Amino acid sequence: MKANCWEGKKKVRVEQVPDPKILNSRDAIVRITSTAICGSDLHLYNGFIPTMEKGDILGHEFMGEVVETGPGLKNHLRIGDRVVVPFPISCGTCYSCQRGLFSVCENTNPNAWLAEKMFGHATAGIFGYSHLTGGYAGGQAEFARVPFADVGPIKVPEELSDEQVLFLSDIFPTGYMGAEMCDIEPGAVIAVWGSGPVGQFAIASAKLLGAERVIAIDRFDYRLRMAVEKAGATDAINYEQVSVLEALKELTGGRGPDACIDAVGMEAHGHPAIYAYDRTKQALMLETDRPIALREAIMACRNGGTVSVIGVYGGFIDKFPMGSLMNRSITIKTGQCHVQRYMRPLLERVQRGEIDPSFVITHTLRLDEAPQGYDMFLHKEDECVKVVLKP
Amino acid sequence: MATELATRADAVGYDDFRSTDPGREHGNGGAKHNGRRQSDSDERLARVLGWFSIGLGLGEIAAPGKLAELIGVENKPGLFRLMGLREIGSGVAILSQSWPAGGVWSRVAGDALDLALLSTQLAPKNPQRGKTIAATVALLGVTALDLFTSKRLSEQSRGTSAPAGARRGLRVKEAITVNRPVGEVYDYWHDFQNLPRFMTHLESVQVLGPKRSHWVAVGPGGMRVEWDAETVEDRTNELISWRSLPGGDVETSGWLRFKPAPGRRGTEIVVEMRYDPPGGVLGATLAKLFGEAPDQIVARDLRAFKNVMEVGEVLHSDASIHRRPHPARPPENDSDAGRQAGYRSTGR
Repeated sequence: MKANCWEGKKKVRVEQVPDPKILNSRDAIVRITSTAICGSDLHLYNGFIPTMEKGDILGHEFMGEVVETGPGLKNHLRIGDRVVVPFPISCGTCYSCQRGLFSVCENTNPNAWLAEKMFGHATAGIFGYSHLTGGYAGGQAEFARVPFADVGPIKVPEELSDEQVLFLSDIFPTGYMGAEMCDIEPGAVIAVWGSGPVGQFAIASAKLLGAERVIAIDRFDYRLRMAVEKAGATDAINYEQVSVLEALKELTGGRGPDACIDAVGMEAHGHPAIYAYDRTKQALMLETDRPIALREAIMACRNGGTVSVIGVYGGFIDKFPMGSLMNRSITIKTGQCHVQRYMRPLLERVQRGEIDPSFVITHTLRLDEAPQGYDMFLHKEDECVKVVLKP
Repeated sequence: MATELATRADAVGYDDFRSTDPGREHGNGGAKHNGRRQSDSDERLARVLGWFSIGLGLGEIAAPGKLAELIGVENKPGLFRLMGLREIGSGVAILSQSWPAGGVWSRVAGDALDLALLSTQLAPKNPQRGKTIAATVALLGVTALDLFTSKRLSEQSRGTSAPAGARRGLRVKEAITVNRPVGEVYDYWHDFQNLPRFMTHLESVQVLGPKRSHWVAVGPGGMRVEWDAETVEDRTNELISWRSLPGGDVETSGWLRFKPAPGRRGTEIVVEMRYDPPGGVLGATLAKLFGEAPDQIVARDLRAFKNVMEVGEVLHSDASIHRRPHPARPPENDSDAGRQAGYRSTGR
């Protein structure tokens, strides 16, 4: 089959690789009909996530048709079922899964010992996302092997297009969890750093959950335009033109937003001097992540408010404003999305027409064009927000 | 156990998970007690030295002039302050407990440097030569104390301190919680023939009698090793300990403790294994270079055991079915795939 493989920093290539096989009894093989490039794939592309190996198949947002099932699946899935696959691989029976903490499943990361060295305790396996998360082949391919296919994938109705349901695999639930962690009450004002695909869904979800005002923050006007016109943001701040902290004070009567969502993560940009500081430290390996958005989100948040972190971080950060966080009673909530928790309720919202997730798609390419897709997404060319690949 | 898990036969201890004191592990009460007391006094001495370092360091930074006068040398504030920083660094390293032996060794190195500096001031032209000689003698005393303490701490961390006798080999301790009742977890492990299902390097275990079993493992580089083992202690739902019998290819011993986890979270397992690796410690170091570190192997095997108990089989990724590092993609041909890749599937 054809698959998009990581070949090194800023180098991906579509290669001919062997077809996947059933390795465990509850595996299914899915013939992929649609897959996408995620913002977090860019962290791999840029070489900021350790434990990648040359030849790893990338991709963790995918859907398709079940073509093969392992003997342990019984009647949960049948050949021909059309499914969306969540990015975390979860067993459904461990202590964490039973509590809905699917992205920290205790049984799906064969490299748990490695993750323990890095993080203290291990996380779940993730498709196509380094060997720290298990070394699973990803979904930017013609086929993928899906372990615990009776726990993760959900069947989707024929009347919905791939484009409408594909993002249930990651970015829609991730944005939704980001908004949910804000404990939105009537009248709430939510600020969202980053208007990439996850930021768009965080904005849309904050609206769905009843926020009165949602403020989008980014440096690209075309993305801010999408946030206002499509996702439902009430205000937009371009941080290259105005000071975010000042603008937020003005927009919130000096209080600060009730909750702040960091939908940016480890490769933030910001004020040129601060960016240069963090980029240099990152290059010298003095810090692994650039927490520019996170610092600002904490400083901006109102007293007693919540900072919800859904942007991906990999390691260590510097100049973390712990004093602001502690003295002002701010709560931080975070986590890789427990996608399995949200797929069904969000599918129902799509079916009811409350949201059409396809609004973020700006480009649809063939799988063969994946390298151009990565390059375009990274450099924000042609007003790129989300790239969908068709195998 | 697998080759890497082999441990020496003479030491089986399981009364204290937190103990890192080799003196405690030995059967006879007197040695055990002495060992404990000995290591406590070494650590106390190290702490005194740590605080001494910090005190002296602060003095050197705050009042270099006074200090210079006291020991009868020329006042060079910059040099004194640098030495002060070094002292504080050593002190923090000792007291932070992360690596006390290293901290005290850094004191020894510092002592050597200080002695060298002082010796330059011992020339007859120094009008305060008497004070400098006194300072040098005092420093020699401190150096001796530092050397003594650091040697003892290093021996302890290598597990070769005097009361423990001449003990070689490596030791691995790991813990995991399995979300199944204690009885079930104990029973599964207790049937040693189950162990090769989740222990990567174990080929087979054959039960020879109520206490005896025969083990076959494949070590690093495909080396096959065999040994007989006996169960030393077996308390239902609590503990299993074992050791290898003379005449096998490896010497190994270990224990495994089961305990119900609080909050009905299943069973807590602590395992400790000792072994003399084939090729000795050098062999183990080489093996580590090839990704075969014993703590990794035990951690991975325990996780695989959890897999078997909680989901019925060891879960594999496209990379983990291979013994060597492999990209996250399906294998090129069937023979590359691991032992698990043999399912009959439906479709295609």
